[in-house]
Amino acid sequence: MTDQVPCALNFTQKDNTLEAAFVGDWVLETKVAVPTIETIFAQLGDRKNIKKLVFSTKELGRWDSLLMIELISLINFTKKQDVSVDMTSLPEVIQGLLNLVYAVPEPSGVSHKKAHTSWIAFIGNAGLDLYKDAQAFIIFIGEIALSLLGLVRKNTSFRLVDFWLNIQESGPSALPIISLISLLVGLILAFVGAVQLTLFGAEIYIADMVGLGMSRDMGGLMAAVIMTGRTGSAYAAQLGTMQVNSEIDALKTMGFEPISFLVLPRLLALICMMPLLCIYADLVGIIGGALVSVSFFDISLTQYLDRTADAIHLKDLTMGVAKCFVYGVMIALSGCLRGMQCGRSASAVGDAATSAVVTGILFIVVSDSVMTLICNRLGF
Amino acid sequence: MQSSGILTLNSPCLAIKDLTLAYGDLVIQQNLNFTINRSDIFIIMGASGCGKSTLLMSLIGLMKPTKGDVLYGEESLWQAEPEARQQLLRRTGVLFQSGALLSSMTLFENVALPITEHTQLNAERTRQLVAYKLALVGLSGFEDYYPNELSGGMQKRAGLARAMALDPDILFFDEPSAGLDPVSAKLLDDLIRSLRDHLGATIVMVTHELASIFAIGNNSVFLDTETKTMIATGSPKQLLAESKDPKVIRFLTRDNTDNSQTEKPKIQQGKPYEQTR
Repeated sequence: MTDQVPCALNFTQKDNTLEAAFVGDWVLETKVAVPTIETIFAQLGDRKNIKKLVFSTKELGRWDSLLMIELISLINFTKKQDVSVDMTSLPEVIQGLLNLVYAVPEPSGVSHKKAHTSWIAFIGNAGLDLYKDAQAFIIFIGEIALSLLGLVRKNTSFRLVDFWLNIQESGPSALPIISLISLLVGLILAFVGAVQLTLFGAEIYIADMVGLGMSRDMGGLMAAVIMTGRTGSAYAAQLGTMQVNSEIDALKTMGFEPISFLVLPRLLALICMMPLLCIYADLVGIIGGALVSVSFFDISLTQYLDRTADAIHLKDLTMGVAKCFVYGVMIALSGCLRGMQCGRSASAVGDAATSAVVTGILFIVVSDSVMTLICNRLGF
Repeated sequence: MQSSGILTLNSPCLAIKDLTLAYGDLVIQQNLNFTINRSDIFIIMGASGCGKSTLLMSLIGLMKPTKGDVLYGEESLWQAEPEARQQLLRRTGVLFQSGALLSSMTLFENVALPITEHTQLNAERTRQLVAYKLALVGLSGFEDYYPNELSGGMQKRAGLARAMALDPDILFFDEPSAGLDPVSAKLLDDLIRSLRDHLGATIVMVTHELASIFAIGNNSVFLDTETKTMIATGSPKQLLAESKDPKVIRFLTRDNTDNSQTEKPKIQQGKPYEQTR
């Protein structure tokens, strides 16, 4: 690139006319400090008499948007001082650009900077949001109940093929990650328990601990947390993207009920799959415990399995499976609700997925606590 | 950078040399050879699915051609190292079909993004520059709006402001008037032409909007789906007047009758319309 001539702005005053001469290269990548127009203008003596501003660009070199923004601020500044500006003294190209800039005046009242809100208002808004959220959730449950009624009456947009597709998505496809996590949770439970149990020489009770822990709570809980991250967020992202692309509007106009067409297959598939995934997770967790007991402690596989069979009763297994059924409902509800509520932009889809996972995990943990408490009181 | 010195017309700005585009084994277009002159409004036209947008992607560095090269002035785009390629592409601005504004950012942040990333301007000057670019496209005062609060035409103009943020030599447009009403489309065309006139930038436009093609295009290339190559170049008006190729004529006159190859759908006589559905 050729050497730059430093830019400068020179003012000369003749009677009532002020001439502003642009000198040198006015380009954005300039190294020298660009003279700011307000300071130069303020230093001029005898400003009161100036009635007219003309420009000279005889010594102007290369120029780009830098010249334009300086010109615009100069013109805006002089207009405020009741000085008329003679645009015709500028080259035609610059005049054309300035015409474009001033062609559409700033519409009044268009600017909408967000006003600063006080913390009281912030808390109030958060409370109102929570109320609206709860309301939306209850309405959503109502809509689902109605479309379930439609399903029973065979008067519905529900398609069996979507249901099987979602079964595949939320069931068999999730097995690898469920296997890995459950195996590791089984291992961890066994190790944590073994540290305490060896103190009393009671290593054999590792089997009880792992078996009961997995089947009553941990198996289902871990499966639910995985499925929230895996399937709940996917539901929110799928439905959210459909919302962005107006696909849900298109379904409505074609006479499909979005709840029974999109939400029901997902909800029912997850409700069907969660208990099965729970049983699978229990089994893999017990295998994990067995691995630890057999390889690190002096317990044979037969002993371990024998102990496990003695420890776990049907009610433990049923309790875990029943809990998982509830988790399935929670995950699908939060995923689908956030997806259907999604706004119409890329960031809204991200927000929907995040919020689906957060809501899902919150619901799971809360419902787990409540159910554990109830079971305890009932003596299960 | 725009400047009075380099506004010489008819010097090649972009040269497409022996370009072949393919997705895997599926050839989209082959043996493309044409040059785009400085300060042209160059139209890439052709039927839907003929590879116009694919060609555009290879011009702006998004898709590597299977064969051939794109020359920016003298410099090769696809033989260059990635950094050098980025440097070349800094001289271009792209307006995507839907504006492609980042939805999590306000208009100000969208237009300021390339400015703050690629220049060392201070905050005040960046603000002035963004205000100037938005004013150029008629969106003064909309700095604090998010893209989804604007109409489609406004989003497109904001996308144009972002594409122009760094004073590019070459501006690429992908179907600029798609989804706009005729009046907005005409306003956008006028804006594009006056920007070309005043900024001296070269405009490359993918479109099949006949009104725009004739109104602002002064050079063009016509891509064909069947032969998978270009079958005509030249100014659109001249093509309409002088071209002998029936495909080009049909495209430019919106005539869908084709006597030579495909048969016209015939309505069977004697059968009422309802039954044929």
